[in-house]
Amino acid sequence: MNSLIFLIPLALLLGGAALAAFLWSLRSGQYEDLDGAAERILLDDEDDRAKAPERDQPAKPAP
Amino acid sequence: MSCCAPAIDPHGAFDSSAARQEIGLASRDLGGGLRQTDLAVPGVHCAACIRAVETGLMRVAGVEHARVNLSTRRVAVQWRGEAAPDLLAALTALGYPGHLFESEADRADPELARLIRALAVSGFCAMNIMLLSVSVWSGAEAETRSAFHWISAALAAPCLIYSGRIFFASAWSALRRGRTNMDVPISIGICLAFGLSLYDTIHDGPHAYFDAATSLIFFLLIGRALDHLMREKARAAVRSLMRLAPRGATVLHEDGSRDYVPVAEIEPGMRLALTAGERIPVDGIVSEGLSDLDCAIVTGESLPRPVAPGAAVEAGTLNLSGPLTIIASARADSSFLAEMVRLMEAAEGGRARYRRIADRAAALYSPVVHATAFLTFLGWMALGGGWHQAITVAIAVLIITCPCALGLAVPIVQVVASRRLFENGIMVKDGSAIERMAEIDAVAFDKTGTLTLGRPRLVNAEAIAPDVLAIAAEIARRSGHPLSRAIAAAAPAREMALSDVVEHPGLGIEARLDGGLYRLGRAEWVLSGAPVEPMELEGGTVLGCDGVVLARFAFEEALRPQARAAIDALREKGLDVALLSGDTPAAVDAMAGKLGIATIAAGLLPAEKVERLSALAGQGRKVLMVGDGLNDVPALAAAHVSMAPASAADIGRNAADFVFLRDGLDAVPMAHAVSREAGRLVRQNFVLAIAYNAIALPVAIAGYVTPLVASLAMSLSSILVVANALRLNVKAAPRRRTSLRERAEELPGALRTSE
Repeated sequence: MNSLIFLIPLALLLGGAALAAFLWSLRSGQYEDLDGAAERILLDDEDDRAKAPERDQPAKPAP
Repeated sequence: MSCCAPAIDPHGAFDSSAARQEIGLASRDLGGGLRQTDLAVPGVHCAACIRAVETGLMRVAGVEHARVNLSTRRVAVQWRGEAAPDLLAALTALGYPGHLFESEADRADPELARLIRALAVSGFCAMNIMLLSVSVWSGAEAETRSAFHWISAALAAPCLIYSGRIFFASAWSALRRGRTNMDVPISIGICLAFGLSLYDTIHDGPHAYFDAATSLIFFLLIGRALDHLMREKARAAVRSLMRLAPRGATVLHEDGSRDYVPVAEIEPGMRLALTAGERIPVDGIVSEGLSDLDCAIVTGESLPRPVAPGAAVEAGTLNLSGPLTIIASARADSSFLAEMVRLMEAAEGGRARYRRIADRAAALYSPVVHATAFLTFLGWMALGGGWHQAITVAIAVLIITCPCALGLAVPIVQVVASRRLFENGIMVKDGSAIERMAEIDAVAFDKTGTLTLGRPRLVNAEAIAPDVLAIAAEIARRSGHPLSRAIAAAAPAREMALSDVVEHPGLGIEARLDGGLYRLGRAEWVLSGAPVEPMELEGGTVLGCDGVVLARFAFEEALRPQARAAIDALREKGLDVALLSGDTPAAVDAMAGKLGIATIAAGLLPAEKVERLSALAGQGRKVLMVGDGLNDVPALAAAHVSMAPASAADIGRNAADFVFLRDGLDAVPMAHAVSREAGRLVRQNFVLAIAYNAIALPVAIAGYVTPLVASLAMSLSSILVVANALRLNVKAAPRRRTSLRERAEELPGALRTSE
C-alpha cells in the first residue's frame, strides 16, 4: 500500500505528460502533413535553416 | 481556367494580370500586409518535388514563404504586395502545373480536432482506469479498492464531461426534435453507470463500473473519429479538384481601362474581355470576336459551338479558341448557374428523407432496452432485493445492452468500405451515401461527359494516308481546340519545319510547310479561294493544301473506358439503366444503341430531368443518378443517391454523393458492389450484436454481471464486430493493391479530363 502512494500518482503523471505532449503536437499541426514529413527528411536542411528566421519573424508592416 | 490558357493561346494575347488578380481574390489576409494563397499542385510526390516547388516559389518576387503539404498535394504561399505574384505561371515554369481550388470556409476542420482531442482524453482515462480495475478484480483489499475507486472516479469524471459531450450533444439535439438516435441509449447508459458507480464509491461498495463507462466512450469515439477522418479525406480530395467557375472577369471600361472584378459585382451592360481558355462568368451577348465555345459542361452538347458577334452565351461555358468581348446580360445571381442552384435547392432528394440505418435501429432498440431495464428493476423490487440491488442490476442490464457493438458496427464497416473505394479512385462524401447506394434499383446516366469523356475522338484515322495524317497532327499540335487535340493524338509527334503558324478562331489553323500553305479547319474556310469550287462542299473538318482537300476527318465522342462493361454489369445486377440527356435525339440514340440502353430521353431541360427522377421516386423506385454537367446538378440533388466524375462542374461535384477520379466508368458498378457488400456486413453485424445481447441479457437480468464480466463482454463484442467489418477487405483479395505512387498520379489524370 505504501509504495502505491507514490507509484500511482507517478503513473498518472507520466500518462498525463504523454497526453499533454500529444495534445500539444496536435495543436502545433504536426499531423497535418504526414507524407511530407516522411519525405522532408531526405532534404538538406541548409535552406531550412536559411528560411527559419524568416518564418519566425512576426508580421512586419507592409513596406 | 487561366492556368491552362498558355497552351491554347497562339496570339500571345493572354494577359496574366487576370490570373494574378484571381489569385489575389482567392487569397486570405493574414494581417500586416501578408496574404496567403493555397494552390493545389497535383504533381508533387517526393522530396525533390517539395524542394523544387518551395525553392522555386520562394524566388518569385513578393513571395515570403512557401510550404508544400504532400499529404493534400497543396502549397501554401504567403506573399506581400499590392498585386499577387503570378504563382500559376511560376508553378507551370517549374514543371508542376497548379490551380486554385474551391475556397474552404472550414479551413482547419474543428470537428476533427475536437474528436481527436476527445479520443486522446478518453483513451488516457480508460487505460488508467482499466489498469486500476485489473487490480481490483484480482482481489485488492477493501482499503486499496476504495482508494482505487476514488482515483477512477476522478479520472472518469473529466472523460465523461469532456469526451462524452460529443454523444450528449448529439443525443440532446435528437431528443429535442422528438427523435431518438444511437446516442440516446449510449448517453443514458454512460451517465447511469457513472452515477451508480459514484454512489457505490461514496458508500464503499464492492463494484464500480467506471472502466465500462470510459472504455465505452473510448471505443465509440474510435469508430466516430475514423469515420470522420475518412470522409474528410474524401472531401479534401474532391475540393482539391480544379475550380471550374471563374472568380471574376476583366471588365473593359468606357475609357479603355481594364479592371478585374469579382463575379458578384458584374452588372448587366458591362463589357467583359475573355481570353481563350477562360470560362464565361455570366450570361451575355458576344459583341466582338470569333471563337468556339465548349458547352459540354453546361448543356450536354458534345460538339464545340462556333460563336460570332450577336450570339448569346451562357455562364459556365468555356471559350476555346479566340479572345471575345461580351456584354453581360444578367447578374451572376440570375445567370444560368444560379438558376441551377435554385432548382437544386428546390429538388428535395432522397437524402433529405433518409434516416441512417443505425438511427433506425436505435429507434427500435432503445425502447426495448430501456423497458427491459425498467422491468428488471421492478422485478427485483418485487422479489424484495431492496432498491439499491434493483438499481444495480437494472444498470448492469443497461451497460451490457448498451449498443457498443451497434455504435461501432455501422461506422467501422463504412470506414473499411470507403477506404476500399478511395483506393479505387472513388470518393464518398458520407456514410449514408453508402447505405443509400446499396438500396438502388435503377441507374440514370447523363450522356456527355458521363458516358463519354466529353472530348471527341478521330474515327477515320485508318482511311487517311499516314503522311497526310502526320502533317495534320503536327499542325493540330499547335492548337488547343478539342478537335485539333483529337487529330494530334492520332499520330506520333514528328519533326517538321512548320512556319507561320496562325490560328484563326472559329475557322481553323494554317501553317507553311515546304512552300505550301496548309490549312486545317472548317471546310468552307480551307477551300475558300480554291481555283475550282468542289462539288462535295459539305461541312466538317478537313486538311487542305493551297485550297486542295487532302483529308477529311470524322469524329465521334470517345466513350469512357469500360462504359459497355459497366452498363452490362449494372444490368446483370438487376438494375434498370436509363439515359437522360440534354443533347439532340440523334446523338442520344446513337449512343444508346452502342451501349444497349433501351430507356432513353433526349433533349431534356434540367427541370425535366428532375421531373423524370421524381416520377420514378413516386413509383417507389430508388435511382442512382450519374451526371457531370451544370444541367445535371438539380437531378443529382433530386436522386436517391448520385455520382459524378472528377471532370464535373464544381457544383455538380459538391452535389454528388460519390465522385470518381479515374476515367473508367467501371467506378459505377464498383461503388455499387462495395456498397452492397457493406450493407450485407452491417446487417451481419447487427445480427451478431443482437445475438450477443440475447446471450448476455438473461445473465444481466439474473444479476450475475460484475464489472469484470461487463468489460469482457463489451470488448469481445466490439472486437467481433470490427473483425467482421475487416472481412470487406479480405473479400477483395484478387484486387491489385494500388501503390502510393499510382494513387499520386491519378489525380493529375483526372484533372486533365476536366479541361
